[in-house]
Amino acid sequence: MSELDELYQEVILDHNKSPRNFREMTHANRKAEGYNPLCGDHVTVFVQLENGVIKDISFQGSGCAISKASASMMTAELKGKNEAVADALFDNVHKMLTGDASDEHVVEKVGKLQILSGVCKFPARVKCASLAWHTVHAALKGEAQPASTE
Amino acid sequence: MRPSVFDVARIREDFPILKEKVHGKPLVYFDNGATSQKPQAVIDALNRYYSAENSNIHRGVHHLSEQATAAYEAARSKIRNFINARADKEIIFVRGTTEAINLVAQSYGRSFLKAGDEIIVSAMEHHSNIVPWQMLCEQVAAKLRVAPINHDGEIVMEEYRRLLNDKTKFVSITHVSNALGTIVPVKEIVALAHERGVPVLLDGAQAVPHLKVDVQEFDCDFYAFSGHKMFGPTGVGVLYGRAGLLEKMPPYQGGGDMISLVTFEKTHYNVLPYKFEAGTPHIAGGIGLGAAIDYLATLNWQDVAAHEHRLLSYATEAFGAIKGLRIIGTAKEKAGVLSFVFDHVHAHDVGTILDQEGVAVRAGHHCAMPVMQRFGVPATARASFAFYNTIDEIDVLVRGLARVLKVFG
Repeated sequence: MSELDELYQEVILDHNKSPRNFREMTHANRKAEGYNPLCGDHVTVFVQLENGVIKDISFQGSGCAISKASASMMTAELKGKNEAVADALFDNVHKMLTGDASDEHVVEKVGKLQILSGVCKFPARVKCASLAWHTVHAALKGEAQPASTE
Repeated sequence: MRPSVFDVARIREDFPILKEKVHGKPLVYFDNGATSQKPQAVIDALNRYYSAENSNIHRGVHHLSEQATAAYEAARSKIRNFINARADKEIIFVRGTTEAINLVAQSYGRSFLKAGDEIIVSAMEHHSNIVPWQMLCEQVAAKLRVAPINHDGEIVMEEYRRLLNDKTKFVSITHVSNALGTIVPVKEIVALAHERGVPVLLDGAQAVPHLKVDVQEFDCDFYAFSGHKMFGPTGVGVLYGRAGLLEKMPPYQGGGDMISLVTFEKTHYNVLPYKFEAGTPHIAGGIGLGAAIDYLATLNWQDVAAHEHRLLSYATEAFGAIKGLRIIGTAKEKAGVLSFVFDHVHAHDVGTILDQEGVAVRAGHHCAMPVMQRFGVPATARASFAFYNTIDEIDVLVRGLARVLKVFG
């Protein structure tokens, strides 16, 4: 498979075309905005957190196929998980996307999200894939400033 | 000897980087709006300066310093001639267009604008011709007014005319839009402002590589441009200013070279242009920019314009046949810039896929986020041409776009 085919796999194209949990959430008790100032990608992540568990999660915004698919897959993956699991996943996804070799088993630890591992071959696109993750991180930590990839 | 017909194959020989490969494919460089490539003559000038002439200027009595000073000042004269300024002292070396605009905003603006005054820009400015004015507005409580553009990306002249009023104290407008390619009718813009005695700055960053610039013909008060977009080095640019205005303006930065006498009680500033050139400048850059102008002088400007026009027409027509593609910026008068979007594919994805074909385009908001908002798009992909580009390269781009559509269905 070429690097390009690895980047734009069917699953990613499908999430881009029909993003999951792509809606505003009025009952959210956590919300954060994420912004990639370099390219203008913009995402808002909504979370309904109950006793440390992500009961519901959704997103809205505009961006490229990679950022949209990554956000969509993230919401599908995080729904029902507790904060500690979400944190660990954030770390591992970040490692996978940046090609951090410190943990050679990192790809196995991210489950379905490993479909995004092709991104690390495209340094200019790492920020696209990680934007939603930085944003949900900010939402869960209740940070007042919008998340940024910079 | 200059070829009588524009010989693009021969021109390409002058630019060593055009032989490079990207992802195993020949480089197709369509990101000239971001920065242009450099001819061997410019690279050689930088090399020669550092190998044989390097020295500080305006201060040494030794041979090298005299040589470096002469080369740097010769570059200033070349620039003066290139844009047809009246005198060398009207040519201020800066880091680039951004610094030139900041210089005028801070030096002229803070001295001559006050609370309630108005500054007019257009709706298609680069951030570098918006933010310095917003900063000034905060400092002196002036107001920024924006001349709107129509759906083709042309300034609505009646609206611009209406914005001009007794409170207008400055106009700063792009000559060629980096995001849309629009060539602005600058003579008319300037004339209307001058009817009210309002000075005008033209942002020429995207104009100098494509158009003949004549500051006397435009009658503008300031003209700003960058070396690196016109085949020269990065880190050097030019502010042209009308001598009468520059004389009235205080220095922008303090330091060496911009003074004539310093005591702890009082400092006397140097004469133009040195008053605005504090510290050791980018000497190699200035000399390199002079070499770029020498290189451009070997080309026939009309041949260059005709070739670029052909590239733009060919690409515009080819793009018209691509399903789901929309060109953003359809002004009647355009330089070689094609911004475009797809219905269902984001500009970044377009950029990544084209890169795999060796094609370099810009994808994003082009430092012109208000333009993106005006057209209701988050970003565009942009192919921007230079005279060394070819029709064959446009065919490669079009094939790359077919691949984009294949990936995204």
